[in-house]
Amino acid sequence: MSDFTFWVIFSNLLLALRWTIALSLVAFVCGGAVGLLMLFARVSKIGWLEALTRGYIEFFQGTPLLMQLFLLFFGLALFGLEVSPWLAATLALTLWTSAFISEIWRGCVESISRGQWEASSSLAMTYIEQMRYVILPQALRIAVAPTVGFSVQVVKGTALASVIGFVELTKAGTMLNNATFRPFLVYSLVALMYFALCFPLSFFAKKLEGRLNAAR
Amino acid sequence: MTYKLQFGELLPYMGVLFEGLLFTVVLTLISTVAGVGLGIGGAAARTFGPPWAGRVFVIYVELIRNTPFIVQLFFIYFGLPALGLKLSESQAAFLAMTINLGAYSTEIIRAGVEAVPKGHIEAGVSLAMTKWEVFAHIILKQALQKIWPALSSQIIIVMLGSSVVSQISAEDLTYAANFVQSRNFRAFEAYFAVALAYLGLAIVMRAMLRGIGRLMFPGH
Repeated sequence: MSDFTFWVIFSNLLLALRWTIALSLVAFVCGGAVGLLMLFARVSKIGWLEALTRGYIEFFQGTPLLMQLFLLFFGLALFGLEVSPWLAATLALTLWTSAFISEIWRGCVESISRGQWEASSSLAMTYIEQMRYVILPQALRIAVAPTVGFSVQVVKGTALASVIGFVELTKAGTMLNNATFRPFLVYSLVALMYFALCFPLSFFAKKLEGRLNAAR
Repeated sequence: MTYKLQFGELLPYMGVLFEGLLFTVVLTLISTVAGVGLGIGGAAARTFGPPWAGRVFVIYVELIRNTPFIVQLFFIYFGLPALGLKLSESQAAFLAMTINLGAYSTEIIRAGVEAVPKGHIEAGVSLAMTKWEVFAHIILKQALQKIWPALSSQIIIVMLGSSVVSQISAEDLTYAANFVQSRNFRAFEAYFAVALAYLGLAIVMRAMLRGIGRLMFPGH
């Protein structure tokens, strides 16, 4: 019965870890791109656009990620769309990430003093030019630490993709547990692998935060 | 052919959904109280406790903050019985939620404690108060006041995260949604309605926490 050595479990989890990393990267990059669009809309001072983004952010920050996954995975299938676990997971994580990250970035943009907006608009810069050449370069410096910090939440969020059957680290852990009946070992290893992925990110974020405070 | 939404199909299951909502609310309430209590203890240990206690809490906080909640839940529910600790799904859910919020609130409250001016501590000590009296009577309230908004949003994040307990069959709101859609096959309607229920819960909780903050720390 005991065909599953420690090494077999470990190597299988490690193989599944690749999917966790891939999903995290895709979600983070796509979420960042959508989040940037949201940011432009959110601080645009166009009433209806701001209201729309506020609603979007409220919905994705105010409902569980698991519910968003279910809505996309089971819901869209009813409308005749074929949704694979990979697609549903990427889509849900992208939307969820964008909602959080655009709020983080909005905080950074709003910490830039009003004078910068006024000076650039007195130079007849358009909204996009103001953002591109004046505001974002300054906001970026403040944004790095919280953005890195949020990437930890994205990595942890990918664990929920296991629920809709996407085989990443958590799902692989569940499957290995079902085959080996060694839950303590399997879930310890799964937790340690997430830790190995997330701890350097949170450590780095904290370091960046400290450096930024020292520079002030 | 286009699909027609039929929210009416949910009506016969309102009782089930309401029970789920109730479980989620109770789960959040109890684990918030226990978790924040744990956080206060952790913050005290990290700032005023002996070095070994501080180190234990550092490891605890980092382990929890850097692993997904669902893995913590699976570890408690499936992993701990191997060590002889068998928990029901509700017990596992309560324990996992408390441990999770405990770690985050330790870190948040610690930041508040460290923001209290040194002079206040010295003033307390000069009145012959012990370290713990200073913590309980002088530091804690100021610390909580400073970090109340951060703690409030963490409590809401944990409430939303509680949907994961459905995966060990604890009968919360998400479990109810799964149950309903397995009966009437109206997946989108069930999940959409429940997502809105969570949204409502989050908005109500935010307002309530703000109110509690105003009551506890008047003048701010």
